[in-house]
Amino acid sequence: MITLNVNGVPHDVDVEEAMPLLWVLRDVLNMTGTKYGCGISACGACTVLIDGVAVRTCVVPVKNAVGRAITTIEGLKQGDTLHKVQQAWIAEQVPQCGYCQSGQIMAAVALLTEKPQPTDDDIDAAMTNVCRCGAYTQIRAAIHAAAKA
Amino acid sequence: MALSRRLVIFGGVAAAGGLAVGYALLPWSTLDRAKRLIAKPGTTPLSAWVRIGTDNTVTVFVPHSEIGQGVHTSLPMMCAEELDADWSLVGMEQAPPDMAFANGAMALEYLRGDTSIPSFLLGTAVFGTRKIAEYMNLQTTGGSMSVRTTGVRGMRVAGAAARAMLIKAAAAAWGVPESEIVAKQSRLSHASGKSATYGEMAAAAAAFDPPIDPPLKAKKDYTIVGKPLPRFDIPAKCDGTAVYGLDLRLPGMSHAAIAACPVFGGTLVSVNEAPAMAMRGVKKVVKLPAAVAVVADNTWRAKEALAALSPVWNEGANAAHTQASIFAGMEKALDKGDLTEDNATGDVDAALKSAKGVIEASYRVPYLAHATMEVMNCTAHFEGDKLTVWGGFQGGLDARARAAKFAGLPMENVTLKYTTIGGGFGRRLPDYYDYIDKAIAVARQVEGPVQVVFMREEDMTQDFYRHASVARMKGALDDKGHVTAWLHTFTEKHDPPEAVYVNYDFANRASRYASGTNPIPWGAWRSVDHTQQGFFIESFMDELAHAAGQDPFEFRRAHLAGAPRHKAVLEAVAEMSGWATPPAAGRARGIAMREAFATVVAQVAEVSIQDGALRVHKLWTASDPGEVVNPATFTAQMEGGAIYGLTAALYGEIAIDKGRVVQQNFTDYEMVRMADAPEQHVRIIESGARTGGAGEPGTAPVAAAVCNAIFALTGQRIRELPLKNFDLTTGKKLTAA
Repeated sequence: MITLNVNGVPHDVDVEEAMPLLWVLRDVLNMTGTKYGCGISACGACTVLIDGVAVRTCVVPVKNAVGRAITTIEGLKQGDTLHKVQQAWIAEQVPQCGYCQSGQIMAAVALLTEKPQPTDDDIDAAMTNVCRCGAYTQIRAAIHAAAKA
Repeated sequence: MALSRRLVIFGGVAAAGGLAVGYALLPWSTLDRAKRLIAKPGTTPLSAWVRIGTDNTVTVFVPHSEIGQGVHTSLPMMCAEELDADWSLVGMEQAPPDMAFANGAMALEYLRGDTSIPSFLLGTAVFGTRKIAEYMNLQTTGGSMSVRTTGVRGMRVAGAAARAMLIKAAAAAWGVPESEIVAKQSRLSHASGKSATYGEMAAAAAAFDPPIDPPLKAKKDYTIVGKPLPRFDIPAKCDGTAVYGLDLRLPGMSHAAIAACPVFGGTLVSVNEAPAMAMRGVKKVVKLPAAVAVVADNTWRAKEALAALSPVWNEGANAAHTQASIFAGMEKALDKGDLTEDNATGDVDAALKSAKGVIEASYRVPYLAHATMEVMNCTAHFEGDKLTVWGGFQGGLDARARAAKFAGLPMENVTLKYTTIGGGFGRRLPDYYDYIDKAIAVARQVEGPVQVVFMREEDMTQDFYRHASVARMKGALDDKGHVTAWLHTFTEKHDPPEAVYVNYDFANRASRYASGTNPIPWGAWRSVDHTQQGFFIESFMDELAHAAGQDPFEFRRAHLAGAPRHKAVLEAVAEMSGWATPPAAGRARGIAMREAFATVVAQVAEVSIQDGALRVHKLWTASDPGEVVNPATFTAQMEGGAIYGLTAALYGEIAIDKGRVVQQNFTDYEMVRMADAPEQHVRIIESGARTGGAGEPGTAPVAAAVCNAIFALTGQRIRELPLKNFDLTTGKKLTAA
């Protein structure tokens, strides 16, 4: 049995140690806000925070997440209040199809933790997730808006 | 006009006469059925499309799929505008996948002979009275059509009709003339002081027939349409609560990963199930005629067990195809000269013969995958002779019909449930429902619901690709630099028919094409033929401008004497981009323009090349859709459409080797990301022309705009995509196709 700390709650899961964290979240814990996109760490749709750092969970064996604080899109809210990045995402009307946006939001949260006032170059460097709908203008604007909030 | 409105209000039932003959054959009574389907305690349906609650809320039923283009908000905006509803009380639901909500408006556009309707929207229907009923089964979302068909002909009329019914009810209740009733912000009132909410009057209003031809508002009176209102679907996409097809979780559900024969058209000979069956969580290995699937208790175990199998395939004749052989076949088809002529005017052959010099150039583009972020998937569940299917589709009713046909069940036995959709771009259109078939085929052999998923590699290698194409362009100029001949020869004409048209005033022109040159599955890809033709036509137009020694903007402008709308858009993008002012040192600009899906789009790209790497710094877009419903959504579609086209121009290449797709994932099918994405500026021009589309037009000109900028910068004309295969400073190709 493996114990994971997801959004502050401990979960016991009976899975292979090699099973990627992504699939434990999605298919065992049914927390489907974290998305599958590529399975090889190439697109970022599966990004969550592990100890505050943005990590692509499709290639992280679940055993590597044991004893660490895992934060998913479902865990960003404080009570009924959305995280400022989520609020900015809505205000800037970022998502189109929306499938990549959980990962984009988690990557942005990590960026703003590290650099509260990111420049455009910081955003270029940190935001490497694919948005097939091409909502990059809105993502950039939302990060700047969240930084000011 | 009266007929069209009546059609829409009644959801497909029309009076006899004229065009209605076809509809009169429809074997169902749609209005009553529609009302039953949307009935809910405490509410009153006023037509198939609008339901008003006693709490005064308005629910608009939208018969289209939300694939990120904002249609679940823009269509209710159009309805609420004519209804004079209080927008804060308006919500929406997706119309049920039922014949009562089939897209009559789109059928009508087809009957009117609107050539901008791509044939992929027609399904198997052929024009003819008996076939119209089949066509009416469509609920398709594609061809940048939703706003300009269902919106313009359906939602506006439905809102206006509901408003008229409410006014009739109030007039009858209060004993005053209808003309004295004011309907505003979801409230009816009269100078006498009498007043009622729409919700209070809805039950009485339902007793009146919807008017056939309700008056529609003038643009100057709009209070909702034209505003950048927030989309209904966005909050759930920001907190993880939106349920995409892959997110569906049902009691007792299994997960299946599937692998088709990697060679198109090949079949499964045998597979030893033992390696998979020995793995944890695996329930079954399902053998299909051309694929194998592993069913397990979670996706990862299914995927790992599938990878442990070594299926034996009969690859068939297609295994001989390589990308080089496919391109060679295309060149051969053009050499053979057995071509279909289209869009001809004047005598292009004579004009070329008598020209002092002929400018010639050959172009080519590869196959492209859709690569939606959410891979293809579908969940299916048999319970006796009843089937339920869940997933993301660009046509719900068509998906239900497809499921019924594949399962061999009557349509009534099939329930279709919508999920949120992680990208469409054409891949989830009705012609490409292989993922429904596969889910049903697996579900037949499994107890309980099963979610069948194409892992990314399967999604990329089992697509219906944007078809590869080659083009040979010929042109001639007179002494003043005006085009006297334009001959555009290419392989494979698909959709929409006018994608090969040019809006320039060429006295002698023709397009000629060879068909049947693509031996792999291919289909509609965002903006469809405009993706190839936009690159061919607008690159060659640039070549002619330089041959004439003219500025590419001025050259185009001089050929738009008969097209004032296009000229205005072109001038707007030149003004926005500061075309007349040279860019900073080391940078250059390129311009291109297309009319696509009835929207005119002109773009200017500004590029540089540093250490051999191309950078598209800025992209300006001027766009005239006639009239815009939600400018925020429209702008996002222009920008996103341009990114989709830019990804194709820079990186997009699906190549065939030994009959199979070489590229497997985002590592070898790269995407434009934040650091690559240009700064974008969009200007919307509302000329009042017939409403055009939003989802696809922005994709059409961008490859040419970028390549024209590269030519301006380096003097190298790149006539083949993607650009990653070229040394842009020398124009030399780096890798063989």
